[in-house]
Amino acid sequence: MRTTSYGAPDSGDFAFDEANRKRAETIIARYPEGREQSAVIPLLDIAQRQNGGWLSDSAIAHVAAVIGMAPIRVHEVVSFYTMFYSKPVGRHLIQVCRTTPCWLRGSDELTRACLKKLGTRIGEVTEDGLFSVMEVECLGACANAPMVQINDDYYEDLTPETLVRVLDALAAGQEIGVGSQSGRQGSAPEGGAQTLLETQPGGGGAG
Amino acid sequence: MLQDKDRIFTNLYGQDDWRLAGARRRGVWDGTKALIALGRDNIVDKVKESELRGRGGAGFPTGLKWSFMPKDPGERPSYLVVNADESEPGTCKDREILRFDPHRLIEGCLVSSFAMGAHACYIYVRGEFYFENSQMQQAIDEAYEAGLVGKNACGSGWDFDIYMHRGAGAYICGEETALLESLEGKKGQPRLKPPFPAAVGLYGCPTTVNNVETIAVVPEILRRGVDWWKSIGRPKNTGTKIFSISGHVEKPCNVEEEMGIPLKELIDKHCGGVRGGWDNLLAVIPGGSSVPCLPKSICDSVLMDFDSLREVQSGLGTAAVIVMDKSTDIVAAIERLAHFYMHESCGQCTPCREGTGWMWRVLGRMVRGEAEAGEIDTLLDVTKQVEGHTICALGDAAAWPVQGLIRHFRPELERRMEQYRASKVAAE
Repeated sequence: MRTTSYGAPDSGDFAFDEANRKRAETIIARYPEGREQSAVIPLLDIAQRQNGGWLSDSAIAHVAAVIGMAPIRVHEVVSFYTMFYSKPVGRHLIQVCRTTPCWLRGSDELTRACLKKLGTRIGEVTEDGLFSVMEVECLGACANAPMVQINDDYYEDLTPETLVRVLDALAAGQEIGVGSQSGRQGSAPEGGAQTLLETQPGGGGAG
Repeated sequence: MLQDKDRIFTNLYGQDDWRLAGARRRGVWDGTKALIALGRDNIVDKVKESELRGRGGAGFPTGLKWSFMPKDPGERPSYLVVNADESEPGTCKDREILRFDPHRLIEGCLVSSFAMGAHACYIYVRGEFYFENSQMQQAIDEAYEAGLVGKNACGSGWDFDIYMHRGAGAYICGEETALLESLEGKKGQPRLKPPFPAAVGLYGCPTTVNNVETIAVVPEILRRGVDWWKSIGRPKNTGTKIFSISGHVEKPCNVEEEMGIPLKELIDKHCGGVRGGWDNLLAVIPGGSSVPCLPKSICDSVLMDFDSLREVQSGLGTAAVIVMDKSTDIVAAIERLAHFYMHESCGQCTPCREGTGWMWRVLGRMVRGEAEAGEIDTLLDVTKQVEGHTICALGDAAAWPVQGLIRHFRPELERRMEQYRASKVAAE
């Protein structure tokens, strides 16, 4: 169970921009008539993106108005799910997976390296607004542990050194490959798959 | 060891094109119309006969679950909801299907929905899987364009719509009724059962919730035949299974193997063995964080299937194998899991809301040995007070890892307490 502190103040004039208004329409159309409430999570997601990574009271109120929900019901949803933030976060939100499979392979070292590199503490935004660091529960990439999620992307098979390399690239605005940072193909064993050798492209045994 | 020709998930590592052309080359969408032509009852019977059990953790017989769907639901539509809220610590298999083999899942959704009389299917994917959701959506768009889904899907005469729905971070939404609440736009708090979803599910309509892997294997069972599927594994524990192996092995990975493969063979053949050799093994959590851990003595010979693991008071769960070598602080490893369950409790039932935090705090002291020997039994007693006394199975899932720790590592807990006491005495 999580507890949420009060949200940050905001200017009170959030509304979807044109692109998001269309996106919202497409999303709402996925659900039967009269079931617009089903769209609340996806709509809060696009509202949060438009609002710079967090949900202000007016963004919540706007979503409530768009789908005809009582604002308090939308607040309930916002405070229940961990991916909604009621306070500003860094432009690059770093979420270090802390659960046992990642911990067994050194997630504590990743958190330490991250905080040291950025000179910040868990939950704080760096002064330049670029980064914030959180520890989160299992992100579901356990065969590529330890790993972190930064915004929408997974960075896997990390060491403190390769994580710092990722952070440097992000701070410098450089491209950096997502996924395994040790060069693995997906979740195949290190050094290459030992199975599915007949079913590689061109292998012809596709079943 | 399972042979490549019997593997279903032939793009498990993303070696091949995940789009429609690649999927077709790997045999997906091959004769789907003919599978649907088998007829609704026939498909359900075949799935029953195959002894396929749900791949999401509970291992309930899939065909039986499908047969609970009403034949004539009247005005109400029926729904298939696919549970892609993969969040059980250790588990990372559905992710590979979603991002590398999306068409296999979409084909499974069509055939399964038809067998349950559902014209619509929602795939509920965990919020963090942004990329996986995007891959699925692109594949769905391809499938609509190719006439594989939509009106008269695959030319079968069956109208079928399929939608993605991304959550926003909540382990509990992997519980099927919490998932339905979330899909309806509410907090993900589980519903009391009965009524079961097959009677009153999504929007009050008949609904079946199935795991990604369960649905994705259905077309292959029908194509290759029930006998083929049953020739793999053991009775009531049939077919292939994706295992996720993490922790202290040389080469962690996902791999599709035969149900009932010996744990030792799984680790030695596919993962390069335990770090430091088999004798360096301390314990394994064989089925995702919710199932009790097993000490090396059991790992030496146990088979990886539902019934074999149940016999040793653990479970296959999601087949997520978390390996811990002798360098592991086993108490701290379980304490981490206790923190996970505390964090993920939805707060609806008091035994879970209070019990998960209580267990975590006591385990935190036990990591340091800062406890009295009698507290071990108190802790065990509390796990029994939580287990079975909550609306959903999260309470059980929080209790079992602690029970496993006490069952197999009580001497280690006692040793720490003695050590702590001795250090106190020495300090005075």
